[in-house]
This record gives sequence, structure tokens and C-alpha cells, in this order.
Amino acid sequence: MPEDDEDQSPPSDLRSQPPCSPNKSRNCISSSSSQTFPDHVLENVLENVLQFLDSRCDRNAASLVCKLWWKVEGLTRSEVFIGNCYALSPARLTQRFKRVRSLLLKGKPRFADFNLMPPDWGANFAPWVSTMAKAYPWLEKVDLKRMFVTDDDLALLAESFPGFKELVLVCCEGFGTSGIAVVANKCRKLKVLDLIESEVTDDEVDWVSCFPEDVTCLESLAFDCVEAPINFKALEGLVGRSPSLRKLRLNRFVSLEELRRLLLLGAPQLTSLGTGSFSRGDQSDEQGPPDYAAAFRACKSVVCLSGFRELMPEYLPAILPVCANLTSLNFSYANISPDMFKPIIHSCHKLQIFWALDSICDEGLQAVAATCKELRELRIFPFDPREDSEGPVSELGLQAISEGCRKLESLLYFCQRMTNAALIAMSHNCPELTVFRLCIMGRHRPDHVTGKAMDEGFGAIVKNCKKLTRLAVSGLLTDQAFRYMGEYGKLIRTLSVAFAGDSDMALRHVLEGCPRLQKLEIRDSPFGDVALRSGMHRYYNMRFVWMSACSLSMGCCKDVARAMPNLVVEVIGSDDDDENREFVDTLYMYRSLDGPRKDAPQFVTIL
Amino acid sequence: MINFEATELRLGLPGGNHGGDMAMKNNGKRGFSETVDLKLNLSSTALDSVSGVDLENMKEKVVKPPAKAQVVGWPPVRSFRKNVMSGQKPTAGDATEGTEKTSSSNGATSSAAAYVKVSMDGAPYLRKIDLKLYKTYQDLSDALSKMFSSFTLGNYGPQGMKDFMNESRLIDLLNGSDYVPTYEDKDGDWMLVGDVPWGMFVDSCKRIRIMKGSEAIGLAPRALEKCKNRS
Repeated sequence: MPEDDEDQSPPSDLRSQPPCSPNKSRNCISSSSSQTFPDHVLENVLENVLQFLDSRCDRNAASLVCKLWWKVEGLTRSEVFIGNCYALSPARLTQRFKRVRSLLLKGKPRFADFNLMPPDWGANFAPWVSTMAKAYPWLEKVDLKRMFVTDDDLALLAESFPGFKELVLVCCEGFGTSGIAVVANKCRKLKVLDLIESEVTDDEVDWVSCFPEDVTCLESLAFDCVEAPINFKALEGLVGRSPSLRKLRLNRFVSLEELRRLLLLGAPQLTSLGTGSFSRGDQSDEQGPPDYAAAFRACKSVVCLSGFRELMPEYLPAILPVCANLTSLNFSYANISPDMFKPIIHSCHKLQIFWALDSICDEGLQAVAATCKELRELRIFPFDPREDSEGPVSELGLQAISEGCRKLESLLYFCQRMTNAALIAMSHNCPELTVFRLCIMGRHRPDHVTGKAMDEGFGAIVKNCKKLTRLAVSGLLTDQAFRYMGEYGKLIRTLSVAFAGDSDMALRHVLEGCPRLQKLEIRDSPFGDVALRSGMHRYYNMRFVWMSACSLSMGCCKDVARAMPNLVVEVIGSDDDDENREFVDTLYMYRSLDGPRKDAPQFVTIL
Repeated sequence: MINFEATELRLGLPGGNHGGDMAMKNNGKRGFSETVDLKLNLSSTALDSVSGVDLENMKEKVVKPPAKAQVVGWPPVRSFRKNVMSGQKPTAGDATEGTEKTSSSNGATSSAAAYVKVSMDGAPYLRKIDLKLYKTYQDLSDALSKMFSSFTLGNYGPQGMKDFMNESRLIDLLNGSDYVPTYEDKDGDWMLVGDVPWGMFVDSCKRIRIMKGSEAIGLAPRALEKCKNRS
């Protein structure tokens, strides 16, 4: 299932060279140019030691010790994480790190997912792949999130890295089935091809047939987001000759009958299964209805189940044989009623991750609370994502979850009605919460029982959930809520605000009070120049700030840009030609080691 | 110069940008984009993709009293998920359907995307593009150049593909070895891209094939005739 961008490292993976401190190891002083014997030995020793360092945090710390350590760390880092592709240029990456095998690269800011940014904003993979093609011929893994990737980029990737093993594209776009075909065909050592929530154009290319004909190394193949029919016979052949395959996520063009055939082929090894459409075509039953449960009985190792894209509910009980083993279940594309749901969830005692639509209602959530005592992550999405729709889940469901699932760490909850009391209860019952994202879909909606703002509820969350690192707020909120955030939210790294707050003070509380804040995304809130200026001491230590439809003036944005030369300040225009707008539409700013980007489209003004 | 389009019989509004009707409808659209924030992205000089019929439908739907105006990007559910859900809904037909599109057609109108296949002679794969994303032939030309960047498209000059209107320039292009884009229209005829006004092209284009100029000579007569008719 798609992971959220939770990263634990302190800011700035890549810095300009740190000054060499002469008080530190005497060996360092001469490290800059000479190749004397002690240095050479020290370098070798360091290399052998540093290669055991895996964590980004540790490596960043090690690189700050002195110039020698900085250099050797750069030689031994094989996995590089870049949280914002515009924070540095590809050339800087290849200059500092010489032996990279794995790259994780993130592009667009998250609010771009909700149509708040025009298309063609940027985050192109092209310059990265062309630079790495020359510098890292041994590259094995590329993991991209919200990047624009073209078929040409994929072709270059497939041709340039003979040992390439893993391609993961999350929320990406710009490519089609023709690009996938090239990767399938040319990457002979491919183990992982995961396309997750990406937009893939249908070029009418039979990419499944493009995999090589002999036994493959495939361990994971996820194509549930590919909105194009596939050659099922070729897929059967592929599964049959992929003995290492553990994860298979099918798209909605694979029917229940086809799923059954695939499971009979390769079920026992599979640990993760995306079930495709989970509906039958118009086939006549030759000998009565087929035994789908038998196919699932063969899935002895499956612990992660998803799909159900066009669910025929009468077949849902077929999955019962695997329920007892499931640690992860994703029903979030299936409109399941409480009555259909309860018999299934009743068997899922080991469940840790659960995603669903609100169609299961408060009643379904109560059933989850009663059974899933190991639950760590819960996401409830709206079946009808409109402001004024009927809300089948409410504070009742949340209250039940908080009482039944004490180990809860991560929550995403869409609803139409909520109360402060439920949030306060959750803050006491679930001390392990690190991610709390509540979306009350009606804007500015207060506590529906007391009529008060939701300040106290969110206040309790930040105060009592001491491990909280990610927060998204909604409903009617005054400056008081933000005062709580500033006072108690000491570990918060990511904050999402929409239609909230009364004045600049709200944002000031956050900018002045939350020392770990890295990612700040705000829309449609009354925060202006005073608030923006109050955070200037912070912006170099943050990954980005997004503010759209707020009350920022162009003059103030220019001031910030002038005062902070290493901050790229982008103003993104709307479609209106009106030059006399009082406020800036969208401000997106981020630190950068290499100055403003050169590929900004017309609607972006870099100050 | 005779306004050829205005005298032609056709359904709906002319693809061009003339006529007093246009100004009135434009004003109406401005009002809509303020109240319902549909981000129709219409300027007062060009009516590219929205036909009058669609506009009337939108008017009716929007005026329904109880439905609150929907805000862009709220609630924050990704387009992919929204599209999957709306595909599963039993009943459609309220004001909000069609206001949130996939991310690739942000700012597009309420009518469906117009996907056409684009193939280029000699290129190993074909692509699909949404014509509704572009407003002019120049936009389309830029996009095609990017897509098939390893091949060079013909240089169209400052007026973009409108150069096809110029007879001698047209002949130059067709004699060269550069590539020219051609398309198959609703009647199954292959025409040179740039032949007709943009709006009409979007409505009638079924697929695009980029071929060598010399091969496209056979299509020239019709284009040349149109040039003559226009001057």
C-alpha cells in the first residue's frame, strides 16, 4: 500500500562543504590535498567502518565530523534520499556521492494531488536519469514520488543500468504502457516493478508480453493503477515462470475467474495480493458457481490483501480462508455495507493496517474495534467525497476505535460530523499516535453536539499524543487551536491546515513554537504578511512551505526572497489575467543549494 | 475578408472566435467561474473547447439551490480515487460531477477529454494525448516535439501550423524531409494538421500520424485548395 512520506532525518541531506575544524583529529588537517601515508590508511579504515552505517541520520552526522569524514562518507553512501528534487541539482548529487546504488526522489508538493497546482509545473525526472546514466552505471534502485516521468526517461533508465533491480513509481505521471514495456523488456535483473497510484496512459502496448521469456527474478509486480487491459495469457505465463514472486497487485481488468486461475498457479508463495476487479464477466456457469474460496485457501502466505475494484459482494466471503493471517487489508475501493463487512472483519484478529470506505459506517468501525486489537494504521475514505454528502461515519466510529484499538499509531479519517469529546478520548486512549489526520468535510464545521470550535479536541491530541509527528486539521478552528499546536507540538514535522484560524497569530504560534516543523501546507486560511515574516528564522530549516489562497501580498513575498537568497520563492498564478490581485494565489517556497530552477513554466514566477 | 465560417451551416457554435453571441456567452461564463470556481480557463478572445450545448447543461445544474458550490481540491481526495468512486456510483447527474477531473486535465472544461493516438513513422511506440489540454496549434506542436524529441518536426515558423494557410510555405514543407503531422478526421479522411480552425480540429480529429513531409504530398491538394479559398 502506498506509504506516506514519513522520514525521520533532520533537515538537509546534502549540504555544502562544512568547515574543517582544526581542533578535531589532527589527521584531518592535512586531508585536503596531500596523499600522505597516514591519511591513506585512515581513509581505508574509515571506509570500512562507515559502510556499516545505514541510517540517513547517522550518515549525515558522520559527514559533519571533518572534511575527511565528509569525503569518505560521500564515497560509501549507497542509498540517497532527496526529499525535494529542486533542493539541489543532479550534478551536485553525482559530485558528492560516487557510488550510489539506490535513489529515492520526491517531486511535487502534496497539494498538487488535489488539483491546486496547474499541470506541467515541473519535477521532471529527465535531468536526473540522464545525469545518473553517466555517473552511476551500477544503479539498482529508483523510487520516485510525485515526479513527472516520460517514456523516454524510462527507456533511458532501462538502457543505462544493466544491473537495475527495483523501480517504484508512486503518484507519478507522464508515462504510459510503452514505457513500462521497455523496462520489462530490457531490465533483465528486475525484481520489483511497483506502480502505485500513478497515472499511466494506455498506449495499447502489450507490456506483459515484453518480459523476457526465461525464468524471471520478479519478486514484486504491482500494476493496480494501470487503467488498461492486459494480456492475461501472458500474465499467466509470467507468473508461472517467476518462482520468486511474492507480491502481485492486479488491475481492475483482471476478473475473478482470471484471479482464480492465477492463484492456482502461484498462490502458496504470495505474501501480498491485489485482487483486481473481484467481479465476474458474463460467463455461464459450467458446473455451478466456481469455488473461489478454494483458490484463497491455497494462499497460505498471504498477509496483505487489496484490490476489490469492482467488487461483487456475493463473492466476498471467498476471502475468509486468508482473513486470520491478514496483517494488512485494503477495502478502500469497495463499497461494502456493514452487513457484508462484519462477517469478514470478525476473523481478522491480526490486522494491523486497515483501509476502507466510510460505507462500512460507524457500525463497521465498531466491529473493527471489537476484533482488531493489533491495529496500528486506520484510513477511512469517503465514498461520496463532497462537502454536503451524507456522512455514514462520525464521532461514534472514532470513539469506538479509540477504545478498542489502543495501539493505534496512524489515523486518516474523513467524516461529516465530529465532536471534541471523541478527539479528547482518542488522545487519552491512543498514546502511540504519530500521525493524526482528520478531515471534517464540511468547511468550518464546529463540534456538532456543542456547537463550539474544534480547538479543544485538536488541542488534546497535540498535548496528550506525545509522539505526534504529523497532523492535519479541519473543522471550525480559531487561533486557540494553533496556540495549542505551538505549545505542545514539539515533535510535529508535517502540518496541513485548510480553512482554519482567525488571524496571523495562528500561524505565528506554529512557526515560533514547533521546532521540528519541516513541511507546512496551508490553504484558504487568513494568514498574511505578518505571519510570513515571523517565520523567516525557520525557512532554511524546513523542506518547504506551501500557502495558497491566503492573504499574502506580492511585496512581502519579494521581501522574503530578497532576505533569504538560498530560498526559492515560487509564486504560482491562477488562470485569471487580473494583475491587480491583492493577494498572491499560491506561494511555494523551499531551500535550495543550487538556486532557482531553470525549468519553471510560464505560470510560475520565481522571486 | 469574408468570414467563411459564419456562413457555413453547422451544428453548435463555430469553432472560430467571431460573432456577437460570443461576448455574451463569455460574460456568462465569467460569472460561473466566480460562483462555482470551475476554473474554466476561458479568455475573451477564444472559445476553444466548450460548445454552447454543454454550457446550457452546466447552467441548469449549477442553479439547483441546495447543492453548495464545490471548492477545488476539497475534500482532499486524490483524483485517482475520486475517479474510481464515481465510476462505481449508481446514479450520476448532479452539479459536482465533472468539476473535479484527473490531474492531467486540471482547468479543463466539463466536457470529456479528447484522447487521440499519436504515432510517428519510425518511432517504436505510440502515445496518447488529450487534445483538450491544448488551446492552439502551437501548443500541440510544442507538446508533440517534446514527446518525440528524438525526431525533429518540421519548423513551422512564427505562426505555428497556421503556415499551412500560406501556399508557398506549404509546398516548401512538403518537399522537405522533415516530419509533418497529419490526422484522420471523422469521415476517415487524412488531412494535414492545421487545415481547419483549432476548435473544429479538436472535434473532428480521431488520430494523428506524424509522417515524413514527402509522404504527405498526397494530402496537399485539399490543403492547397483551402489556402486558395481563403485568400
